[in-house]
Amino acid sequence: MIPTREEWQRTLTERHGEELQKKLSGATVAICGLGGLGSNIAVSLARVGIGKLILIDFDMVDITNLHRQQYKAEQIGMSKTDALAQNLSEIAPYLEIEQHNVKVTTDNIVGLLHNADIICEAFDRPEEKSMLVDCVFEMLSDKYLVSGSGMAGLGSANLIKTRKLTSHFILCGDEISDISDGMGLVCSRVMLCAAHQAHAVIRIIAGEKDF
Amino acid sequence: MVKINGEFLPVDGKTLAEYLETTSFDPVIIAVERNEEIVPKSAYNKVILKDGDILEIVSFVGGG
Repeated sequence: MIPTREEWQRTLTERHGEELQKKLSGATVAICGLGGLGSNIAVSLARVGIGKLILIDFDMVDITNLHRQQYKAEQIGMSKTDALAQNLSEIAPYLEIEQHNVKVTTDNIVGLLHNADIICEAFDRPEEKSMLVDCVFEMLSDKYLVSGSGMAGLGSANLIKTRKLTSHFILCGDEISDISDGMGLVCSRVMLCAAHQAHAVIRIIAGEKDF
Repeated sequence: MVKINGEFLPVDGKTLAEYLETTSFDPVIIAVERNEEIVPKSAYNKVILKDGDILEIVSFVGGG
């Protein structure tokens, strides 16, 4: 049986403390791209009790996603936004979810992201990562942006790191391992980078300034 | 001198766009941080590098 909203909130508060849980429950986080990074970031943030997630992706769940992304075999063919919303609702039934089954472009970015406190960049292609950083700091400069770059292959887990580039821009990854360098993405290493990004989000919400 | 990715370079007076042209950085896949602010791409040809500036240029790689 699913616990009541009050039980749920009380349990989270016991874990995280009242002050932090209040901040987490009041936060809105947007996730741009729901692949290996985005789907894993979303699961961490849902579990920690973030109030609202804005999920953005234009793609459908494919068999080639299942080795690293938080989807199920039976969800192949569903939109990633629908599939992830379904999975997150099972994990955290009181999470508020806003879904956008669209491609992020320079034209729709402000409309999609203006309600977010923190934006996670979780795209595949470097051009899109760069475009998002550019648009956020040009048009939404009061937001925090947490980006991921460099998590492909079988390199050491310890090379994945979190780096603060400005007060509002945090970069996670090893910054080197490119998907085109040979071996593709391996679940555990992508999850490491996603965990760095999710953890950076939580630390920003908690008011940490040092990274 | 301008400190770029940890290295001191005599590029003061150049615009950011002029400096980038002398490097292998591809403007389409980078983010430039200058004195703790992100420089928008639309300003690359307006920002003039000054003595004492500190820049970090990040080149994104694929995968997500």
